[in-house]
Order: sequence, then structure tokens, then C-alpha cells
Amino acid sequence: MDFQLTEEQQMLQDTVARLVRDSYGFEQREQFYRSEAGFSRAFWQQLGELGLTGVPFAEAHGGFGGSGVDSLLIMTELGRGLCLEPYLQSQIHAGGLLQQLGGAEQRKRLLPVVIAGELQLAVALEEPQSHYHLHHVQTRAVRVEGGWELCGRKAVVIGGHSAGLLLVSARTHGEARDEQGISLFLVDARASGLSRRVYPTIDGPKACELYLDRVLVGDGDLLGEPGQALPALRYQQGRAIAAQCAEAIGSMEEACRLTLDYLKTRQQFGTPIGKFQALQHRMVDMRTELELATPMAILAACVADEADSEERSRRLAAAKFIIVHAGRFIAEQAIQLHGGIGMTWEYSLAHHAKRLVMLGHQLGDDDHHLEAYAQLLKTA
Amino acid sequence: MDINYTAEEFAFRDQVRAFLSAELPADIAERVRLGKHLGKEDHLRWQRLLNARGWYAANWPVEFGGTGWSVVQKHIFEEECAAFGAPRLISFGVNMVAPVIIKFGTPEQKARYLPRILDGRDWWCQGYSEPGAGSDLASLKTRAVRDGDHYVVSGQKTWTTLGQHANRIFCLVRTDPAAQPQRGISFLLIDMSTPGIGVRPIITLDGEHEVNEVFFDNVRVPVANRVGEENQGWTCAKYLLTHERTGQAGIGPSKAALAHLKQVAAREGRLDDPLLRAQIAEVEMQLMAIEVSTLRILAAAQAGGVPGAESSILKIKGSEIRQAISHLLRKVVGPYALPFLEEELSPAFAGAPLHADYSAGPASQYFNLRKLSIYGGSNEIQKNIVSKMILDL
Repeated sequence: MDFQLTEEQQMLQDTVARLVRDSYGFEQREQFYRSEAGFSRAFWQQLGELGLTGVPFAEAHGGFGGSGVDSLLIMTELGRGLCLEPYLQSQIHAGGLLQQLGGAEQRKRLLPVVIAGELQLAVALEEPQSHYHLHHVQTRAVRVEGGWELCGRKAVVIGGHSAGLLLVSARTHGEARDEQGISLFLVDARASGLSRRVYPTIDGPKACELYLDRVLVGDGDLLGEPGQALPALRYQQGRAIAAQCAEAIGSMEEACRLTLDYLKTRQQFGTPIGKFQALQHRMVDMRTELELATPMAILAACVADEADSEERSRRLAAAKFIIVHAGRFIAEQAIQLHGGIGMTWEYSLAHHAKRLVMLGHQLGDDDHHLEAYAQLLKTA
Repeated sequence: MDINYTAEEFAFRDQVRAFLSAELPADIAERVRLGKHLGKEDHLRWQRLLNARGWYAANWPVEFGGTGWSVVQKHIFEEECAAFGAPRLISFGVNMVAPVIIKFGTPEQKARYLPRILDGRDWWCQGYSEPGAGSDLASLKTRAVRDGDHYVVSGQKTWTTLGQHANRIFCLVRTDPAAQPQRGISFLLIDMSTPGIGVRPIITLDGEHEVNEVFFDNVRVPVANRVGEENQGWTCAKYLLTHERTGQAGIGPSKAALAHLKQVAAREGRLDDPLLRAQIAEVEMQLMAIEVSTLRILAAAQAGGVPGAESSILKIKGSEIRQAISHLLRKVVGPYALPFLEEELSPAFAGAPLHADYSAGPASQYFNLRKLSIYGGSNEIQKNIVSKMILDL
């Protein structure tokens, strides 16, 4: 057992932490949020220049060959800064799918620009009726001369508004909930028949609905074998979950830090409110949740890149479950211990709280992962 | 970063498993698994087997008969013992008073007491709590008045676990009533057969005789039985409490209890119930979290770090999880949690159970385990510790 970071990992963590500290003050974030992109293109470019956009990619494809722990370090710092850039969606989730399912030609054509941060990706897997189930796919892809024709709607695609290329799951055969028959396609954001309705999400990043009305893609835009995408979708969702858990840890640490500071400085009844035992115990409860969430994020990071197995699935489901619970608890208590100021838009704590609650609405909520874990429960 | 044991640690685990398969008496393991009562002889049998292998005093330095194991090895050992259904060691002698004697005792005290702990000749109990001193331990009132080469001890101790089996008791006594509460306390080793000591059972809500009151009426204790300096007993007490708290996450016992819960659920035909499965899944995931958390702390300790108030956090969570498992087990047996069949829980019971071999234990055990969040510093006291030590509030 070894929970220490290597020297290289320490440097990676310092680099990202410094970058976030220097260019992601809360007021700056507010400007990024109000901008058309909804995030900082300059910051994204910096991530690319420093090679950070290439960390999760294999060296064979020109990436940095980073481990799950390297992604954890990056995501934790991005979480601490409430960063709005679609790093998780583009570099980890979509990038992972492209790397896993893409053919030699697709990888050669796309990975270098993705790794450099020049082409942003998004994953469009959710549908209005699917509620986190990756195999509930009604979007259809029909074989046509030289390619496929896609019809359907994809829901709440985070970062989909700014992506140049979207990874869209669609059914090439079977019924709406069959596990077989799901394929993954590369869809150009400018494709004819594709329309987007863009909106902000309540915790900051922008997202969109994706409407596909007879969108034509070529043979070269199918990722992997037709109808066989589900295992890869599930595997890569596991990697995305690990990254999301790490991001949540950054937010939780910051929410706990801000709350503890507040308890020590806010005076009422002639004394810092942190002198009251009811509030002390609440703060201990928050810290306890963090103390359990952190090792689960580490566990998730360590198994994220392992070969697929039931044990990996169990651990990732458990990590997400524990972190959704801890996140909600810390968010609610952090607001409560701050009182009114915790409810204001102008204070970063409120935005951490929103991020921590809303992480349950992406890549599966606590019930979803509880059910997944319960199904995999080892009973003998 | 690597969350797995090393090859050497896996090899050690195999060694422990081989020992447990060969040596742990099946009847004792079954009583532990089913939540039945253990007799004094059950505990002593297991201690003797461990001692014969040289593994009883795992926490002691090698020179006194300990193992010299790393913190990770100790963790593996405890976890495997629990998984195989070994009884939890009665810690008062081997893991509480012994470390204090090793740290603060005289050479004579070490030579006299340590071998007798190892071979089971001495059964120690703990004289800490008093009717008026629970969480506020330093307010204890039992007096020890110097009279030549002796202290004369008068007062009352309570919640003395398994005091009915003990021939020795270690006590915190007040030697200077004028000093500040923590300053006037001394640590005494007392022979239970000394005239003036009386033991009275306290029957707990599950009907069990596990704890006692111990009365001291002008009990003469040689000054040579004091550990550490006079009025410095609080130092010993604090040192002992840090020993008491480590390992209290109780990961091994909780894992074993969870495995038993699944078996009972299967035998009751309840494993297809999605609601129950979800509840079992939830507690299993929480257990996974405190396990990885524990491993993280162990790895830090292995690297030379000193475990701090994190152990308080683990004690809080660990006790809550163990209690949650006992709650589920009680629910799984349904109406058969109601019959109060003490005879079925006794070590001597050999008859046919009313319902099943597992059904008499769960409700009693559920009530018995309420103690987990009370003893060793209640969970609220643990929160005070975390608040002070980690949060600096």
C-alpha cells in the first residue's frame, strides 16, 4: 500500500493548483460564466499549452500517459476552483471513448487535435427518458448509402454547446431498452439537420439539448463495431465517474475550509459561533463525510484504468454513491452554518454547494449507483 | 499510489489464514458468528492457542514476547481473525494495561505481570468509570490515601467489563484531592482478592452479565503496585486511551457481521427483496469507505506518521456501521427477533432452536451493541476531540 504521490505527481498537482489560483478567482469565474462560451477559452488554451489536456491519453497517441491518479489530481484542483471548462466531458469521457473505440484512422485524424486542446469534444448519451441508463436509447441510426442517418434527441449535453465534435449514441437495431444494438457516432457540430438549444446549468457550466433530424454521418464516423458500443460506454463512464469524484473532493475541501473559517470569525452573542457545540459537531460531521469521501475518490482513481470487472464496477458505483451523499451533506450543512450569506450568489461557497448537489444529476445519482451496487452484491 | 497490499503482506495473510483454519476451534467460531455468549474458558482457550503461536501479544515489543509486526500486519491479522470468527480479544490485559506497564512500569512490574498476561494466569479488568465519572473521567473520586508502604483505597468503580472473571484490576485513583482534577490521579494495579473488594453484577438490557460494579472499602494496595509517579496517573490513562481507540473502526468484525447478515438473509429467503438488498448494499459501501480510510491512515503510520484524531472519526463511523448491520440483522429475522431465549445463547446450549440457530442472537446483540457508541469515549466526546484537535475550534 502506498498513498503517497510521486515527485512527478506532486509537480502536476502544484502546476494545476497554481494555474487555477492565478487565473480563476471568483470574480473572474463570474465573467467566464457570463461570456458566450460560458468558460474561459484562454484558460482552456493554457491547459493545452501546459500539456494538461493530454494527461489522460496514452503515450502511443501522443498523450502524457497519465494514470487515474493523475486525472484525480487535475480534477481536484479544477473542482477547488469551480472551473467551468469541459475537461471531464471532453478529455476524459469523450477522449476515452475515442481512444477505446476509434479505429487507427480516426485516432490518427482526431487524437492529436484533441490532445492539444484544439478540438473540444462532448458526449451525448443521455436522452429525455433514459435517466442515466446508457442502454435506454431511442435515437435511431439507419443505414444509408455511404453512412448512417441519425434521428432523435439527446438530453443535457454538458459542454455540447461549444464542442466541435459530438459523440452520440444511437440505436442501430433492437428495442428502446435493449443492451444490444447501440452504436456510437462522431457528429460534427455543423452537420446539417443538427440543432442545439443552449442553456446554462444551475451549477455553472453550459449545456445543450441536441436535436438530430436526419443527420447524415459517413461510414468513417462510426466508432467501433455497429451495435456493440455499450460495454465501452459503461467502461468510460466509470472513468468519468472517477474524475467527477475527484472534482467533488476539491469542492468539498473548499466548502469545508470556507465553513471552518467562517465559524472561527463570525461573532454572535459576543463569541465566535465556532464556540457553540451544536455547530462544532456539525462541522465535525462535515469533516467526517470528507474523510470518507476522499479515500473513495482515491479508490475510484486507482481502479478507473483497470481492466473491466465486476469488482471495478462495484468500487466505482460505491465511490459515486458515497460521494453524492457526502457532497449533498456538506453542501447543505455548509449553507446552514453560514446562514444567509451562504445563500448569496456573490459568495463562492454557494456555487460549491450547487456543484456538490448537482453532481448527483450527472453520470447517475445515488439511487442509480445504489441499485447498480445492489445488483452486483456478492452474497456468497 | 497503490491501494493493494505488498506481496509480503499477502504472504503474511496466507500464513494467518492457514493458522486460523488449523487452530481456531469450530465451536467458538460458531458462537461468535451466531452472536451467542462466550464463556471465560472460550476466551482462555483461544488466548492459549494464540500464545502458543506467539501471536497473542501482537502489539508488544518483541523483547517482551510481542510479534514486532508492522501496523499493516496487525490490521491484516485482526481482519482475518474476525473473518474466521475468532473472539475479539479481551483487551484489558494484553492491549491496555500491558502497554502502560511496558511504557511506564518498573522492571519488577514488567517481570511480574507481563508473563502472567501472556499465559492467561491473570485476567485483568479496568477500574476507570465511576458512578459520577463517565465521559468526564477526570472527576473520579475513588481515594487512595498513603499509609506507609501502602495506599488505602476506598470508593466505587462501575461498568467494569467481565470483572466477574478477573483476578486483577487496574485503577485510576485520586491521590491528591487538592490538585486540579487531572493532576491528582495515580494508576494502581490491584489484586482482586485483597480484602475489602466487592463485585456486584450489572445486568444489561439484553439480560447479559457483562459489566459490574466494583466496591473498594479500605483496600490496602502496596505502593510498589503504582505505575508511574504519584499523581501522574492521567498520563498513563491518556496513553491507554489512545491504545483503546486504535482499531475501533472495527472493520474486521463489521465485515464478518455483514457476511453473516447476507447468509441469514439468504436462509430467510429475503435476498431477492430489492429494498433489503439496497440497505445491505448501502452499509457495505460505507464499510468500504472506512476500510480504505483506515488503510490510508495505516499507510501513513507505516511511513512513520502518528495517527491523530482521525482515529476518533473512524471510531464514530465504525460504531455507526456496526450498529447499522445489527439493526438489519434484527429486521431480517422478522418476528423471530421477539422470543427472548437466553438458553439458546448460552455456550452450553445443545438443543433444537425455536426457529433457527441464528435467530436468538440478533435482537440481543442489537441492544448489546448500543454500547459501541458509548464506551471508550462516547461518539459525542469523539466529536469534541475532533473539533479541538483537527478543527481547532
